[in-house]
Amino acid sequence: MSRAGLAARAAQATVPAAFLAVLVVWPLVAVMDRSLTDVGPGDIVEILGRGSVRRVLWFTLWQAALSATLTLALGLPIAHVLARYRFPGRAALRALVIVPFVLPTVVVAAAIGAAFDRLGLRVERSLWAVLAAHVFFNLAVVVRVVGGHWARLDRRQVEVAATLGASPAQAWFTITLRQLVPVLAGSFLLVFLFCFTSFGVIRILGGLRRATIETEIYRYAITRQEFDVAAVLAALQIVVVLVLAGATARFQRRHATVQRRGTAPVPVVGVARRLHVAAVVTLVLAVLGLPVAVLIEQSLRVGSGYGLANYRALTERVDLLPLSAVQALGNSLLFAAVAGVVASAVGVTAALVIARGGAAGRALETLSLLPLGVSAVTLGFGYLVGLTVFDLRRSMWLIPAAHAVIGLPFVLASLVPALRSIDPRAREAAATLGASPPVVRRTVDWPLTRRALATGAGFAAAVSIGEFGATSFLGRGEESFTAPLAAVRLLASPGAALRGQALALSVVIGGVVAVLAAAIEFRRDPGVTVL
Amino acid sequence: MTLGNLHSPYQWLAALVASALLVAACSGDDDTGVVDGAASSTTADADGTTGGEGTDAGDGSEEGSGAEEGASDPSAEPDPEAVEPGATVRLLTHDSFSVSDGLFDNFTLESGIEVEVVSAGDAGELVARAVLSVDDPEGDVLYGIDNTFLQRGLDAGLFVPYTSPGLDAVPDELELDPEHRVTPIDYGDVCVNYWTEEVGRVPTSLDDLTDPALAGSFVTEDPETSSPGFAFLLATIARFGEDGWEGYWQQLRDGGITVTPGWTEAYYGEFIAGGGDKALVTSYGSSPVAEILFAAEPLDEPPTGVLTDGCFRQIEFAGILAGSEQTDAASALIDFMLSETFQADVPLNMFVSPANEDVPLPELFADHAAVVDQPLMLDPAEIEANRNEWTERWAEIVLR
Repeated sequence: MSRAGLAARAAQATVPAAFLAVLVVWPLVAVMDRSLTDVGPGDIVEILGRGSVRRVLWFTLWQAALSATLTLALGLPIAHVLARYRFPGRAALRALVIVPFVLPTVVVAAAIGAAFDRLGLRVERSLWAVLAAHVFFNLAVVVRVVGGHWARLDRRQVEVAATLGASPAQAWFTITLRQLVPVLAGSFLLVFLFCFTSFGVIRILGGLRRATIETEIYRYAITRQEFDVAAVLAALQIVVVLVLAGATARFQRRHATVQRRGTAPVPVVGVARRLHVAAVVTLVLAVLGLPVAVLIEQSLRVGSGYGLANYRALTERVDLLPLSAVQALGNSLLFAAVAGVVASAVGVTAALVIARGGAAGRALETLSLLPLGVSAVTLGFGYLVGLTVFDLRRSMWLIPAAHAVIGLPFVLASLVPALRSIDPRAREAAATLGASPPVVRRTVDWPLTRRALATGAGFAAAVSIGEFGATSFLGRGEESFTAPLAAVRLLASPGAALRGQALALSVVIGGVVAVLAAAIEFRRDPGVTVL
Repeated sequence: MTLGNLHSPYQWLAALVASALLVAACSGDDDTGVVDGAASSTTADADGTTGGEGTDAGDGSEEGSGAEEGASDPSAEPDPEAVEPGATVRLLTHDSFSVSDGLFDNFTLESGIEVEVVSAGDAGELVARAVLSVDDPEGDVLYGIDNTFLQRGLDAGLFVPYTSPGLDAVPDELELDPEHRVTPIDYGDVCVNYWTEEVGRVPTSLDDLTDPALAGSFVTEDPETSSPGFAFLLATIARFGEDGWEGYWQQLRDGGITVTPGWTEAYYGEFIAGGGDKALVTSYGSSPVAEILFAAEPLDEPPTGVLTDGCFRQIEFAGILAGSEQTDAASALIDFMLSETFQADVPLNMFVSPANEDVPLPELFADHAAVVDQPLMLDPAEIEANRNEWTERWAEIVLR
């Protein structure tokens, strides 16, 4: 390779490496250093050897694995129908899927639980409630990330198999599933990590004192203020995430498949297909639509009747909040835009490095998943003690930067498999015809991956809009209050109007995200047959 | 944090991260030989970069000189008169902090000092942040540490003493630190609230709550995860003593008490206010004021009432953070927080009572906040020493 080419590659690796070094590695090292000052290796062994720690680790792992499995099981048929078939209401359904992902946990769990009660659906705090909530919140990840790739799959192989006499099931298992394996593994890991570090759901729905590594880190750091124990648990969490991320990345590389153009979704013809689609639509409406409908109904309640008062009140500042709810939502949208752009920019450079393979790519791929699996307390405290230079820790831009860090894995989960699936022969052909590397990227890679990038960037933005844990752990000026913080704060005071406004604000957050998601769908380029 | 204080945990962690990355990178199925070396050098690069930043952060000259100034003159307290005009003072507080628009403009006009509010998390998170960053604090004044966390902050050396002249108007029983490292700003009472229409028998004492008809309709919060939940546990300990509180909770449990992890889940999940079916909830003596102020439709009377027996008094303090370089400006801000302007703003923004007893209460607050004649309190040192044991014993009785 030419010297210029090598320099370009080095520059590509520098962007994500610097980003992760400043916003992930250094803060984590700083907080560990601070918390483990008087801790020797013997103490660490003692803490890790405690029976309670082993039990908590085991529970954390299996609840996350089970949650992710259920999410995948329920998400796959939905992803399939939404990716492969064209039917009325498909766009609305796709937009609905994203809504729970951005709803504040506290609002959903505390405020609409009572309404479910009245419908006769008593939500007892239990492991089942935790699993159900994890599926509800994370279904979007599977449907969107897997669905995006499903739509892009090369159908011709399946058609060839059919002409050779394979049954649809055989063709599905031997071809489609194999083609989907890398992206299935990737989205499984994303959901797993979300559930691995889930805090609100475990605390509110898990039953009292139901403990995961995440809630234990909080308990030791905040309630008991035993920073050393918290730090050992945080280190344990980091090791688990790195091992899982590394293993998943290896698995994805091994199963990467090359594909060409995808095929457009087909209309629903025939009774069997109609029933199939109708069943899946019903499933989506039951699992996602019902809670959202209850949330909307509750947000419209004013006193004994219904009205829009809760929505109208969002434009005025309530004494409890530093800003009006609408201003807070404006902040959230600004932060989401910045986080989406930053995550995409870093994600593109990182994805190019990762897709090329090699050690740098592998390290980057593993490291980029860390923020998703690290507790909000650890990261927040890491920023507190690590980012003191230039007073970075208090900058309002640290909020979208932290969101971009959490959103980056989504960009990569969508983009890397897309880049890997590009047929190298297309690139070679372009190069043979005299195209320079930048031209190859623009004319070959870009058209094939921009939908994947849009999916990832959209997700990074959605992560930002819904993010609560890390945001609440960053020191903020009054001007950088976000919408989820406002919703949670409104629900922390008595007053029927405040509860109504918290619900209305949550509906608006979900609604804005759904509209944005739908808008991206409608803007799709007719020349490109992906998604 | 400088390179000079690298010690074993740091190296331990770096080694851990490096080896985990190495494992991840080595697990690749192709070109293994080259990969190992390259992977470890990538890690080393990342650590090297971050180490460099650490040096910058650590030897920031301001930080060093600030600490020295404080050390060279330990006896003198900060002087609000000695403030240079144009100073900015940073107020570090919790998410419940709220004041009327432009309130601090009065202070800025008078003193020439700008105020910047930085908030992060609830009161417990605020104290943990301050303790963790005690050498290099995020602000100059911390407001919002209460008597249940006070000892923790004092033990960590968070504050420098300052005796505000405004303390003359503050009742002595609110001044818990004789060294004046913290200044009381406001107080509130954690009390059992009831939904007047549905409660049936209105309780008049803590003992009444053990009646199964009331206990079965009573929701409170887990003291380990909730500030009002902990305060209510402290109230029962203060009332019934070391020997009696467990028996009291046993009766509440036998009567069918409900427990939630936090206030929001109790008030809006189980209590009638949010559509639940429980008629009694652990909340605040001022909650009925908020029920009126934030009612969906205008109300003359709040739907809730307060059991004024067995309330635990929470006092919120402000203190000048030890690492501050703006201690004079910080002391001026503390004086302002005890002034009538600030104190009169507190009741309807944060639903707490002003510490300055000369300040009249807003009518709405005076009419509807519970008047607690005999609030319960415990010594902050005793609370800190027993916190974990008490919450564990409580869990043994109530959650077992």
